[in-house]
Amino acid sequence: MTDLTLDPNMTAPDDAYAALIAAHDGLTREESEALNARLILILMNHVGDPRVILQAIETAKR
Amino acid sequence: MTWQDRYPLSFRLYPYTRSPDQDAGQTVRHSVTIVGGGPVGVATALDLALRGIPALVLDDHEGVGQGSRAICFAKRTLEIAHRLGCGAAMRDKGVIWNRGRVFHDRDEVYSFDLLPEDGHRYPAFINLQQPWFERFMVEAVDRAKAQGAPIEIRGRNRVTGMEATADGVTLAIDTPDGPYTLTTDWLIACDGAKSATRDRLGLDFDGRVFEDNFLIADVKMSADFPTERWFWFEPWFKSGASALLHKQPDDIWRIDFQLGWDIDRKTELDPARIRKRIDLMLGPDVEYDLDWTSIYTFQCRRMDRFRHGRVIFAGDAAHQVSPFGARGANSGLQDADNLGWKLAAVLKGDAPETLLDSYDTERIHAADENIRNSTRSTDFITPKTPQSRIFRDAVLHLARHAPFARPMVNSGRLSVPATYDGSPLNTQDALPGGPARTRPGAPCPDARLADGSYLLDHLKGPGFTLLVLGATPPRLPTGLPVLTLETAANPQLRARYLGEAERALYLIRPDQHVAARWAACDAGKLARALDRAQGKAP
Ligand SMILES: Cc1cc2nc3c(=O)[nH]c(=O)nc-3n(C[C@H](O)[C@H](O)[C@H](O)COP(=O)(O)OP(=O)(O)OC[C@H]3O[C@@H](n4cnc5c(N)ncnc54)[C@H](O)[C@@H]3O)c2cc1C
Repeated sequence: MTDLTLDPNMTAPDDAYAALIAAHDGLTREESEALNARLILILMNHVGDPRVILQAIETAKR
Repeated sequence: MTWQDRYPLSFRLYPYTRSPDQDAGQTVRHSVTIVGGGPVGVATALDLALRGIPALVLDDHEGVGQGSRAICFAKRTLEIAHRLGCGAAMRDKGVIWNRGRVFHDRDEVYSFDLLPEDGHRYPAFINLQQPWFERFMVEAVDRAKAQGAPIEIRGRNRVTGMEATADGVTLAIDTPDGPYTLTTDWLIACDGAKSATRDRLGLDFDGRVFEDNFLIADVKMSADFPTERWFWFEPWFKSGASALLHKQPDDIWRIDFQLGWDIDRKTELDPARIRKRIDLMLGPDVEYDLDWTSIYTFQCRRMDRFRHGRVIFAGDAAHQVSPFGARGANSGLQDADNLGWKLAAVLKGDAPETLLDSYDTERIHAADENIRNSTRSTDFITPKTPQSRIFRDAVLHLARHAPFARPMVNSGRLSVPATYDGSPLNTQDALPGGPARTRPGAPCPDARLADGSYLLDHLKGPGFTLLVLGATPPRLPTGLPVLTLETAANPQLRARYLGEAERALYLIRPDQHVAARWAACDAGKLARALDRAQGKAP
């Protein structure tokens, strides 16, 4: 079983970050919140492992 | 003073008659008295009486109240009803269904199939109006009584006060002929969600109220919608924040609309207004009659403990869930199933009184599972915070094109019987490779046998049974019946009871739950498991 990784894991972090911000361009606050929620759910499913998801939630709360 | 019923009846089943207790000149003592003749009270009484334990039911009406309430009854409930003598009548009248579809606006976002599995006497679910369910059960009481079972239902006997002591309870009862008292060794409180017994003992009933109102309308129409459960989130026809359509017998359809928190009940119950909502849903040309309407709010809560000395709580009196998942009456029937054999064993001196504590452990475990499931469904249908609402909507949005989100759509997770994992009555699993679904604590799944009979018919007790599959039974304690079955030509039995194993022995409780299972077992192990399952040994 793998643990949540908090070490750098993205090949191009600046690009990924820019893509995230760009996705919100022109959206209202509500639309942005909805987009974020969908994104979280999609990534959660991609991760799959409930242990890793719980670790991520705990880390986010810190 | 004239008698006042609290609600009108659907079926008058047990008219008031004056009982000899009222003229005895002294307080008569009973063995087991059950307050409340709802589905749980009657099932408990019938179970006890069929085991030879005298059971007296006191109900403050003369039959079943109007209005359907429960409509979905699960396989396990029908299996219990079968043992009590009324399962077949329920199935024959009921509407069998398998498919549920969930829509968001106009689009189908999720569907489920209860996947009928072969080799069960009863289907996964039927829809049947609660008054019919109760009526069939009372008819089974009448048949049992005619055959000498010690059971009595006293209509228009309202419990108005009680005094509990260490060895019994004295009840004050009101009747159309005036009050009387009786004493009972054991009191089973099946007096529903508003249980006055609970209040009289000063016991808490804590949990969550969902801030939402649901309009329930049963309509009579001859429509050719399929016999599927249809549920809408934010339906295009805008009759409610969510809506449900589900078929019942006699051309009655259950319709539900979610109305929100701030409503005026009286206005919303105006038939013209209800019709307007229904017309939006069904279209202007569909003809129907309103059969019954009501507005509900829902709670999920339970008592801290279900047993308080000689007073034992069961059904809605002990725990309450929202109806999404049909876990109310279905779990109440499992309470009755769990309690009946235990109380009978204690009263016959076959088991110590502490066996009853396992009713608490096992049924609280079950109640927590039911509350967890129905709370989650209700949170999805009625999100309680803005963030919860955002995620709910995100799931619905994604479900249209992303398959992973579909199983997250939660319009109710339907009742399945609890497996009593960790129960003090279980013996540790000793069947390597055995199927998880029949591990100790699990309810036995049915299977069809070579002679056309069903497995569960042979596990009706009244006591424990040893089920032997391809193994050699040890020397048996006196009175333990053995059921030896051939598995070579029965893939159902193998899949459900052997799995990877070649042979197995199952010790099965009177309520058809697995107490222990082994690949091989000697007399000592069997005796220890049997003691343990009767609360006799640690
Ligand atoms: C809208 C709705 C839909 C539902 N759908 C489903 C479903 O599909 N499937 C499901 O399994 N469950 C469903 N339920 C839940 C189900 O109706 C209840 O769980 C079930 O009725 C509980 O049975 P009970 O015997 O514990 O209590 P009750 O049915 O409430 O019976 C209690 C009885 O006690 C009597 N009583 C009360 N006080 C006294 C007194 N002082 N003296 C004498 N008698 C007294 C009452 O008159 C009544 O007869 C639904 C509920 C609602 C509201």
